[in-house]
Amino acid sequence: MPADQLNALTNLPSDRAPTRQPTLGVIGALRWMWRQLTSMRTALILLFLLALGSVPGSVFPQRGASPLRVGEYLQDHQTIGPWLDRLGLFDVYASSWFAAIYLLLMLSLAGCIVPRCFHYARNLRSVPPATPRNLARMPEHRTFTTTATDGEVIDAAYAWLRGARFRLRPAAASATAPDSVAAEKGYLHEVGNLVFHVSLLVLLVGVAWGSWLGYRGTVVIVEGEGFANTLTQYDDFVPGRGFSTGLLAPFSFTMDEFDAKFLEDGPNRGQPDQYTADVTYREDLEADLQTDRIEVNNPLGVNGTKVFLLGHGYAPVFTVRDGDGDVVFSGAVPALPQDAAFTSETVVKVPDAQPEQLGFNVTVAPTAPDKVDPATGPASIFPEANDPRVYLGAWAGDLGVNSGVPQNVYQLDSSAMEQLGRKDLGVGETWTLPDGRGSITFDGLSEFANVQVAYDPGRWLALVAAVAAMVGVSLSLLVRRRRVWVRATTDSEGRTLVEVAGLAQTEWAALAREVDAVEAALPGAPKAVKEQT
Amino acid sequence: MSSQTWAYTSNALVYSTIIVLAFSLLAFAADLAVGTGRKRADAAKLRRASLARQGGNGARGVGAAVLTSASPEAPADERWARVGVSLTTLAATLVVGGVVARGVSAQRPPWGNMYEFTITAVATMLVIWVGMLPRRPDWRDLGIVVVLFNLLLLGVAVLVLYTESAQLVPALKSYWLWIHVSAAIIASSVFAVGSLASVLYLFAERYERRATSLSRGGLLDALGARLPASDQLDKVAYQTIAFAFPLWFFAVVAGAVWAEDAWGRYWGWDPKEVWSFVTLVVYAAYLHARATAGWRGRPAAIIAIVGLAAFLFSYFGVNIFFVGLHSYGGA
Ligand code: HEM
Repeated sequence: MPADQLNALTNLPSDRAPTRQPTLGVIGALRWMWRQLTSMRTALILLFLLALGSVPGSVFPQRGASPLRVGEYLQDHQTIGPWLDRLGLFDVYASSWFAAIYLLLMLSLAGCIVPRCFHYARNLRSVPPATPRNLARMPEHRTFTTTATDGEVIDAAYAWLRGARFRLRPAAASATAPDSVAAEKGYLHEVGNLVFHVSLLVLLVGVAWGSWLGYRGTVVIVEGEGFANTLTQYDDFVPGRGFSTGLLAPFSFTMDEFDAKFLEDGPNRGQPDQYTADVTYREDLEADLQTDRIEVNNPLGVNGTKVFLLGHGYAPVFTVRDGDGDVVFSGAVPALPQDAAFTSETVVKVPDAQPEQLGFNVTVAPTAPDKVDPATGPASIFPEANDPRVYLGAWAGDLGVNSGVPQNVYQLDSSAMEQLGRKDLGVGETWTLPDGRGSITFDGLSEFANVQVAYDPGRWLALVAAVAAMVGVSLSLLVRRRRVWVRATTDSEGRTLVEVAGLAQTEWAALAREVDAVEAALPGAPKAVKEQT
Repeated sequence: MSSQTWAYTSNALVYSTIIVLAFSLLAFAADLAVGTGRKRADAAKLRRASLARQGGNGARGVGAAVLTSASPEAPADERWARVGVSLTTLAATLVVGGVVARGVSAQRPPWGNMYEFTITAVATMLVIWVGMLPRRPDWRDLGIVVVLFNLLLLGVAVLVLYTESAQLVPALKSYWLWIHVSAAIIASSVFAVGSLASVLYLFAERYERRATSLSRGGLLDALGARLPASDQLDKVAYQTIAFAFPLWFFAVVAGAVWAEDAWGRYWGWDPKEVWSFVTLVVYAAYLHARATAGWRGRPAAIIAIVGLAAFLFSYFGVNIFFVGLHSYGGA
């Protein structure tokens, strides 16, 4: 039966169906468990669990990606939320059950693949087994008769198969059947399969290494400002578990200019077109200054650490004088974008103002509307800073910044303050506050960038492993291990009866063509080879 | 021609494709209804061949049963199948034109949004199917599912996904887009063909399993009787999926390399990534099942169909369903 032949060809109990054995105590039980774990059926089930287990991570918000949304979800689902949390469903890919699935899979994989590697190494030196007696049972089988001698046929077969880089069973070794040639090809199939599975293990190591020693942080940087890679500079920082500050590459940079371009016309007017940030950086304290341009999809790389643009926004620049005429605030204040046209909001807090502290609510419109809709408030009409205008609400009193409670920098706690009035300003305009409280000047609109700094030391290993896996799986699926036989016997009338047969490890459409090609290379073969299904 | 005119031309071509495909579907349906003789004869031949291969194993009594009921001399009525193939060839040409016109209109490869991916995938699938016919005549039997599937895809594209031809957002401005997306489109088109063959496999296998029982009859059996032998369909499914798997793997890796440049991490488990991973794992399971005794055949075919479902979800579900999820917080 070809099925048996196939197994003989694979030469491997690829599915070691767990056979019931007499119990052998602890060792026996362990061996049994190992057998179970490394069987193809277990691999299959674990693959399913892996697929199934990754699904909830796309259904529920995840802490790693969006901690805010997890908080909101927990607020909205007070009963079921904590249970989901306990099951790790907000942290699926870091949960212990997910780790259990993939670690078991990897263990199973190692248990499956390591013996296969040894087996393959032994196989490498083996010769193709002798020609089976009944070639007619092979999936591909041709016969013809010829006036050429059997010796000529066999020689032609040897020559062709050798030319086609088949491994041949040496004539001397085939004592029982000197009238036939046995050849085998496609060993790369197995190599590919092994490389693929081993690469998956290496890939996991790369991923684990990166998340162990790597880090990711974000920071808001206004045009003209600088950044030095130290912990205190980050707004948000996510270290790996094995992180230490020594891993922070000592680079620094200044964002000289940031520019966001938007489509000026067409159906998608106002859609972002390109962001660029021109930076001057140093690799470390002693290094020379260098310049570079960061764009979306084109980060700045400094010694393996990468700096990306995640987002951007506007930062109005103000100068505030207090009742004494002293400058008590001067600088750019990043504002949070609220809509696609970059209507943005922020607050300015001036704790040093005399006689009372000052606070301002600020709405920024990079391109101001002609008229403000009183119902919806001011809203920008285009995302680029074509006609910037700020809409201010001024407050005087106690900002509450000294109360010790951490404050949101984008919110004004006006509970102990008195409103002084509202006013909107164009660039360069000043609003003199009532009652001698001072003044505020809108000096201009700067831009800020939301920058991410990421370091992942395992990413090269992961990439190399992924590429190796890709090459491996392609070899494994495109190359087929197959055997080809040619037998020539002389019948009673002195004619030579030739048989050509082929067997491939798994379905392989090209087997018929290959057997046809072998046949065509033999002397006296029928010229027209019929197309077979 | 202006960019607008090109965009209108593209739309007109896509609409024409839908109409032609609808007629093609009718033709293939007519072929199923009329072309009985040929299909039976073909199927019987194939079954006989596979029977011979199996060495006349008793378990394949199915084949024998079919043999007796088939009339190999029945005149082959291929008219409707030929009409179907011609119409599908025309549809393939039209939709390729639609994709090209869209690209000219936007002045970039037309792979910037879901609508464009979908019409490109339809063009790819139809071209692959039509192009393979001379080499693989047995693929013609997939005609009805391939046409139906692509008709549905185009329907969704036009009714749900349509977006005006426009420039790309900055995040998409990368040569990785072209590498990643073209690999993904080709791989998923081929996956789809393979999984659709598995759908037909289930019908053919059911018919063969029941071939000896007396309870035959009904629509499913009528369909089964007209399909090619199940092992033929199984082979088509395996070969296409085995071809698409490395390509899909490549598409996912290319996406990761791009993500590393765009977002600073190569893998972040966002819903799109999760579902392309699920698709990959399910098709890996299919390949494993094919190599495992007891899982060949029906279970493997079902896994292949789950794979297509996972892919379709990663494609439509994630964009349509999870965007909705994003808004739960505000509600
Ligand atoms: C991350 C998990 C895995 C993935 C993505 C994966 C993927 C694949 C793929 C795509 C193939 C097809 C290659 C071919 O048909 O020649 C394959 C074959 C194979 N895999 Fe895996 N695999 C995984 C885990 C495992 C495990 C855990 C085992 C062992 C228990 C295993 C054992 C095998 C074997 C023996 C074959 C060869 C089958 C044959 O001879 O055709 N794999 N794998």
